[in-house]
Amino acid sequence: MSAQLQLRGLVKEYVPGKPVLRGIDLGFGGAALTAIIGPSGTGKSTLIRCINRLVEPTHGEVLLDGTDLVTLHGDALRQARSRIGMVFQEYNLVERLTVMENLLTGVLGRTPAWKAWLRRFEPADVDRAWQTLGTVGLQDFVNARADSLSGGQRQRVGISRAVMQDPMVLLADEPTSSLDPKTSVEIMDLLRNVGRERGIPVIVNMHDVELAKRFADRIVGMSGGHVVYDGVAAGLSDEVLRTIYGGASWLE
Amino acid sequence: MTPAATGRAPAHVRPFSMGTTERWIWLILLVIFAWAASRIDLTWARFVLGLDGAAKFVHRMLPPIFNPREELVKGLWESVQIALLASAAGLVLSLPVGLLAARNMMPGWVTWPTRLFITLCRTFHPVIVAIVFVKAVGFGALAGILSLTVASIGFLGKLFAEAIEEISMKQIEAVRATGAGFANVIAFAVAPQVMFRFIGFTAYEVDSNLRNSTMVGIVGAGGIGGTLFAAFQRFDYDFVLGIVLCIIVLIMVGEVAQIAVKKVFRQ
Amino acid sequence: MTPDAYTWTRFTPAERLRRFTVYLCMVLAVGVSFKAVNVIPEFLYDAPAQMQDLLVRMWPIEWRFYFTPQNTGAQTVHQALMDSLAIAFLATALGLLLATPVGFLAARNINRIVWLNALARFILVATRSISTLLWALFFVAMFGPGALAGTCAIAFHSIGFIGKMLSEALEESSPGTTEALLASGAPWSSRILYGYWPQVQPAFVGIALFRWDINVRESAVLGLVGAGGIGMVLNSAIDVFEWDRVALVLLVILLVVMLAEVVATQLRKRLI
Repeated sequence: MSAQLQLRGLVKEYVPGKPVLRGIDLGFGGAALTAIIGPSGTGKSTLIRCINRLVEPTHGEVLLDGTDLVTLHGDALRQARSRIGMVFQEYNLVERLTVMENLLTGVLGRTPAWKAWLRRFEPADVDRAWQTLGTVGLQDFVNARADSLSGGQRQRVGISRAVMQDPMVLLADEPTSSLDPKTSVEIMDLLRNVGRERGIPVIVNMHDVELAKRFADRIVGMSGGHVVYDGVAAGLSDEVLRTIYGGASWLE
Repeated sequence: MTPAATGRAPAHVRPFSMGTTERWIWLILLVIFAWAASRIDLTWARFVLGLDGAAKFVHRMLPPIFNPREELVKGLWESVQIALLASAAGLVLSLPVGLLAARNMMPGWVTWPTRLFITLCRTFHPVIVAIVFVKAVGFGALAGILSLTVASIGFLGKLFAEAIEEISMKQIEAVRATGAGFANVIAFAVAPQVMFRFIGFTAYEVDSNLRNSTMVGIVGAGGIGGTLFAAFQRFDYDFVLGIVLCIIVLIMVGEVAQIAVKKVFRQ
Repeated sequence: MTPDAYTWTRFTPAERLRRFTVYLCMVLAVGVSFKAVNVIPEFLYDAPAQMQDLLVRMWPIEWRFYFTPQNTGAQTVHQALMDSLAIAFLATALGLLLATPVGFLAARNINRIVWLNALARFILVATRSISTLLWALFFVAMFGPGALAGTCAIAFHSIGFIGKMLSEALEESSPGTTEALLASGAPWSSRILYGYWPQVQPAFVGIALFRWDINVRESAVLGLVGAGGIGMVLNSAIDVFEWDRVALVLLVILLVVMLAEVVATQLRKRLI
């Protein structure tokens, strides 16, 4: 089921007086994959992390289906987070646990603490995890330890873990930056398919413009803490890219 | 992309279940635990009595007193001296001993007896060694210093040897290739690689000696341990608490000094 | 334009001054201690003769003492040894149990509450500053002489070491995994259990084995203050100057400690 994610006037200052995000207004909805591009340090990662409050916004609102996530605390915040899936650049798996066990950590947001302590997970969740592994082609690795997998396989586990949350929104912070080009394409393909099948918005932070153009339905270009481009991939002319990244030499 | 696979997870998928080896280990541990518990005679009645005794005990310890002041300061001071001298002597002796025990630097007929020597130094608790030294050199700080020196050699010697064994031989080869003699090889190829770790080990050993120096006094080898034991036997529990608090502060000061010294040497 | 001549020195002047000061302080400290320590020369000269006398009395070792009590009502060496091993095992288990929560509370990345963190760290410093024998004195006064006092003594002394090593392992663990759990809305207990615990498990096993090895050594001396174990047999033998029995006990301690170390090293290789 789809959700409406709305960012209004989002400002983030790590150091007072030096804002990294200077008032971002963006809306996400439907089953589209949005790529956020821009030079390093321009606040792409900060933006993504403000959505699930891994980074606390200084000002502004993050509205998920009307509820402002910035105002939530404690259990309400945890509940909201459990509906937001996140995929990380370094995969952030539990290295010593198996693939299946890693997938199950995805439902910890909905599992009562005592059950989690006793390692008692619902058989339905185990079945669902098995099926998810089928869709990403990792069923043969179900009992393999996470640290024995390749980078691409680990990221697929990371994505599957996020899928286990049955999320309303899927965030991805530079999911392909640690992967080789071929695997990057596979992962972006997977992210797009997950979004389409589940009908949820997928927001991906990335620095590979070509990859973004190939897989994104919508591209948001950031520069200096502002949104300077918001549209389809076709609209990314060289001029626009120059505004985003500055300096012409890298385009040659 | 393949269509979603359906169906239940197969039986071989059992997340968070214990493997057979793990089960056996837990079983063995449980058996040992049961055997051990049966030996120490723990009954509920005894425990309750103990708690009652503990309450009375704590009551008599508070508030802590720090008199006789002279005895306290003298004892603490002696403990510090014991620790410092034992660490200094231990360090000086452990450097050659560690080198002699390093299997990548010395032939087998040298390393083997050296390692045996180090193990012997380590095996006995400093207090036991202190008893022997008290018999040999009499009561007082000297016995304490000697026993802690032995303990230091055991500790530092082993760690020094291990650190030396872990260094890269390439640097040694390079220095040797310049025609340097043995001493220079040690100074310029071995020492720089292990220096920082040695400082860390030594700092830990000073801390360890400081702690042990508060103990050896119980068997007459000098230091605050003797003062404490005497107070205990006189039932001066409030003085005992005072001494203990001073020991804790002493160790904490030692730790702070350690960190500061390490910072200065971290080039 | 020729550049100014550049002399290479390993340390800046400020660093050199600091290093020199530290060296100076250390030498001074040692020097002062040396002068202040009371060495009675007669005892020192007598020492070799004393040691020789001791060794002569210790040899030959009376093996039969292993199963014979010194007097009726006392323990045999074998029984006391088993007690010591039992104490070492139980004390390590108890120490691990008590130290784990304190260790978690002392880790600055897990426990952000400053005063609670400081309290946990203080507990760790305090418990290891109080030597095992001292803890034993306390517990003997509380529970009476015997193995129970000894077990508690070693356990409490171990808390400081286990807790410190555990908190260091926790502080070194990678935050990424726990970040992912936080992002998915897991409660803090689940974050610790699934995020931090799997990362420190190998370290935990290593710490447990390391501590058990040391505790076997510690358990041998507890008897000197009446807290059970082989130290009591040692103490009684020393009291009546039965040096051959003393020698037997020392040898037994030596063998057991060496055996424990071998076992601990082997287990560590296989389990980590």
